[in-house]
Amino acid sequence: MGGWLFDPAHWSGTTGIPVRLLEHLGYTLLTLVIAAVIAVPLGAFVGHTGKGGFVIVGLSNVLRALPTTAVLILVVLWAGLGDFPVYVALVLLAIPPIMAGTYAGIRAVDPVTVDAARGVGMRESGVLLQVEIPNALPLIFGGFRGAALQVVATATIAAYTGAGGLGRFVFDGLALQEFGQMLAGAVLVALLAVLVDLGFAGLQRLTVSPGLRPVGTGGTK
Amino acid sequence: MKRIATAVAAVMLLSACGGDPLQGGGNNPAPTDTIVVGSANFPESTVLAEIYAQALAAKGVKVSKKLNIGNRELYFKGVQDGSIDLIPEYSGVLLKHVNKEAQEVSADEVYTALKKSLPQGLTVLDKSSAEDKDAVVVTKQIAAQYSLKSIDDLVPYCKELVFGGPAEFQNRPDGLPGLKAKYACEFKEFKALDVGGPLTVAGLKDNTVQAADLFTTDAAIKANEFVVLEDPKNVFAAQNVLPLVNEKKASQQVRDTLNAISKKIDTKTLLDLNQKLSSPDKPEPEKVAKEWLASAGI
Amino acid sequence: MTWIFENWERFWEVTEVHLRLSVVPVLIGFVLSIPLGWVASRSSTARAILFPLANILFTIPSIALIVITPVLLGVKILDEINVIVPLTIYTVALMVRSVADALSAVPGHVTAAANAMGFRPLRRFLTVDFPLALPVTIAGLRVATVSNISMVSVGALVGLGGYGQLFTEGYQTDNSAKVFAGLIGTVVLAALADGLLLLIGRVLTPWARAGR
Repeated sequence: MGGWLFDPAHWSGTTGIPVRLLEHLGYTLLTLVIAAVIAVPLGAFVGHTGKGGFVIVGLSNVLRALPTTAVLILVVLWAGLGDFPVYVALVLLAIPPIMAGTYAGIRAVDPVTVDAARGVGMRESGVLLQVEIPNALPLIFGGFRGAALQVVATATIAAYTGAGGLGRFVFDGLALQEFGQMLAGAVLVALLAVLVDLGFAGLQRLTVSPGLRPVGTGGTK
Repeated sequence: MKRIATAVAAVMLLSACGGDPLQGGGNNPAPTDTIVVGSANFPESTVLAEIYAQALAAKGVKVSKKLNIGNRELYFKGVQDGSIDLIPEYSGVLLKHVNKEAQEVSADEVYTALKKSLPQGLTVLDKSSAEDKDAVVVTKQIAAQYSLKSIDDLVPYCKELVFGGPAEFQNRPDGLPGLKAKYACEFKEFKALDVGGPLTVAGLKDNTVQAADLFTTDAAIKANEFVVLEDPKNVFAAQNVLPLVNEKKASQQVRDTLNAISKKIDTKTLLDLNQKLSSPDKPEPEKVAKEWLASAGI
Repeated sequence: MTWIFENWERFWEVTEVHLRLSVVPVLIGFVLSIPLGWVASRSSTARAILFPLANILFTIPSIALIVITPVLLGVKILDEINVIVPLTIYTVALMVRSVADALSAVPGHVTAAANAMGFRPLRRFLTVDFPLALPVTIAGLRVATVSNISMVSVGALVGLGGYGQLFTEGYQTDNSAKVFAGLIGTVVLAALADGLLLLIGRVLTPWARAGR
């Protein structure tokens, strides 16, 4: 694997490592954005009103059970090749952890705090946006980080139906029985996952109120 | 404590329902009189494997199937380690797989060379007249645009064109290296798609690739009016369908049954089988094989 | 859906294999994760090593592990072990955290009381700590099981059985009904397994429902 990974030929050109890395990162980030747009409002609304929690949990479980390979193939067969099927499959994968994290985070906000906010005259939207969500951020971030890990790992499969990303090295390596290439692909995916997670951890540090940082062991991560 | 014991027992009972969980059907090596029939990762190979398997089963031979494994680079290891005993093969490509330097081109020469080159313990039975070759295929529009009839005509344009095919095409002696050696044709870019499947067909249709590797008996060629470029320099040698078999499992009965099948299969058979498999109601290969065996009187 | 009825034998055959390939890793992985999770719950050094390691293991693409396993273990390429080992690794990676968190969450005063009553460590673990840790552990087990059931399909890319075979064959022949049949099978199997574990959890923890 070292041989393949450090061969300079594999670092240049349209099929080189940097290109594939960026493609893979691109799939991941755009997926997380789309999933967030869908999952955060849903989880937040249900968490805030307290109604329909059962639906959220049920929906999460169903989506979690969907085999990504099958979703990818079905969308390809119905809509043709390209990146669209990849995003459909990955977004469906990312929604459950983000939705569950948001829902759990909002539910976990101390009712006393929420009550106090209402007590000082805040409107419901204010309560949600200025009190509940900021307090729920650790768990929301937890959801995002879990989703990110899964998306980075699973985006590898997209190469099966011709997409780009690091999965290309895995599948081409498989077809050519070149274990060096395959392993390199796998290692790069794991590395990218670690980097993305670190990125989120940094973002979390910046945006989450210091008052919510876990003290001692047994914290959020 | 009691509740835990009950639960543990329940779980063990459930797992016992499927037999010893670590001994799946097909996991442990099959008893020595069972023939394991494998197939490659494209429908034609699967239907041929089904034909072999069903014919043998009808003669009372014990058969187990492991279909849709992968490409030759992958499944050949299974043939060598005994996981698979029998698999439908194509003479020319198989020869190049076991002997990269092989230069034989005609059906008989390829067959003789193949028999000599196979590793110990493996052999091929009689070849059929049915042929399914890799080919360089272009769309009708591209053929018209560049006036293409054979690969020779393509040579001046290779550098501007993107070629699509299975990933292994890049390495095989009868793949890109062969095209380069015999025609001095080097493409601008190679896109790894699939084994003559939906990805490759789509790639041709939407012009992601201008030329691709498809199989000559693929129903998609006729359906999409693709043009198969002629191969006068014979990068692609004769590709007769024949059974690759583990000698230890090739009893006389097995040989006779499979040879009888090979006598009855010709290229038109392959075209028909592929046509049926891709028809709108998508019949299972098992059914298509059964119908063919019935019509062939085996 | 009609595909399932028209090809019932094949569907059932595929279901059996899929079930076996998902259940075995969960069972073995669960058993392996108990001692590891226990160590992680007692020692923050162990936790600092095991948790990140588990995270990284989980991001290694399953297809890569499945192909490397025969090379590493020297087994035949079509051996089911090639799917069972990677999925067991994933299960352990998922469950170590669950078990660790679950054991850490056991109230200190309960374990103290048990110790005061003279429980030896092993007996205390089996009859006090572990049962109290069950709800969180089972929650983790449910996630691991559903995740495994979904991941088994990747094995089909190297010829190993399960619903994944319906996906690859359906893809090659443009047969979305077949792919859909496999999808339904997977989801139903996951729902049944999840429900079963939920039930087992309820049965094993009557105290959690008392006093509601």
